[in-house]
Amino acid sequence: MSKATLQRRPLVKKILEGADDDLLVIAGLGSPNWDVTEAGDRPLNMPLWGGMGAPVGIGLGLALAQPAKRVLVITGDGDMLMSLGSLATVATQQPANLAIVVLDNEKFGETGNQATHTSPRNNGPTESGAGADLALIAQGCGIADAATVRDAAEVARLVKDLRTAKGPVFRVVKVMVEKLDFVMPPQDGAHLKDRFRQALLGHP
Amino acid sequence: MNAEASLKFGADWRDQIFDVLQAHDIRQVYHVPDAGHARLIEHCQRSNAMRTVPLTTEEEGVALAAGAWLGGQRSVLLMQSSGVGNTINLMGLTKTLRFPLLTLITMRGEWGEFNSWQYPMGQGTPKVLEAMGVLLYSVDKAEDVRPTVDAAARAAFNAGQAVAVLLRQKLIGIKDFGPRNAR
Repeated sequence: MSKATLQRRPLVKKILEGADDDLLVIAGLGSPNWDVTEAGDRPLNMPLWGGMGAPVGIGLGLALAQPAKRVLVITGDGDMLMSLGSLATVATQQPANLAIVVLDNEKFGETGNQATHTSPRNNGPTESGAGADLALIAQGCGIADAATVRDAAEVARLVKDLRTAKGPVFRVVKVMVEKLDFVMPPQDGAHLKDRFRQALLGHP
Repeated sequence: MNAEASLKFGADWRDQIFDVLQAHDIRQVYHVPDAGHARLIEHCQRSNAMRTVPLTTEEEGVALAAGAWLGGQRSVLLMQSSGVGNTINLMGLTKTLRFPLLTLITMRGEWGEFNSWQYPMGQGTPKVLEAMGVLLYSVDKAEDVRPTVDAAARAAFNAGQAVAVLLRQKLIGIKDFGPRNAR
């Protein structure tokens, strides 16, 4: 069992509090999508219903195209593990406006809470992972400002860093395993893309 | 050779591709190092108007292209046929989000290829791209490169299609794939 004490929904709500037109949000499939949507569906959110492994790449392409806006990628440990190389690709570009936060519950939540590789080793027959340290991996890829957050006392600083610190910023937040309601945004990908572009560019 | 002069007169098809990318206002260029695209990649790296992004795997390029389009910029993904299989899952995004994707693919595993390991993905490339709904344009003559890449860019950016231009091994020729340069 994860010893995490932070709850993902109130945390995401704090991260996105007061989001204005300068904040562009990419949410990974599954729980991060529902978390971001519960905090408030808005056109400048791009919540994914698929495309596992894509959020960091989408965030990077967007950050390079819109250097004056803050781009925030919110995703999970399973998704991040699928595209570790994209952290090295981010590091080649050093986008000052990109922040990535991984909500790490050490589980593949959507498929029945199987252990991911961030789960500890020797954690029983069905719950063992590799103890993979995503912040260390990000640092090793060349993202210098990478850290793991575990404590409620660190949350205010976390929010400030994600919203304003010079990027690329990478944060892992250890969060509890919880059973939560699905809070779903529109599903049509073309609609989500068009409303995002309409809000950002003034045309679809 | 003077790069400016060759661009002006469009002597080499790789320089012509660079011209077309400029004409279509391509602002982000994604690539995995590739002998066939090497000269084009270097042109893009020297361009002040283009941002080149080296990838660790080709699928990242599809995600980046989606992000660039969300942010109002056009992009191109340069890859070799051996990397096409890496993109297939994320190619689904082009259909779900209906965003334009332009990819230029140098082909291996055909037309006298010496490396047997290149054949499975080279021969599978058109089939798997087609299976994912990507439009295929194919070039095997130097004089067709410019109009084909131009038409592909129009289909992508004017009509929102995912389009792949297959630069056939017959076009690239055996000279550029000597043992020293082969990937």
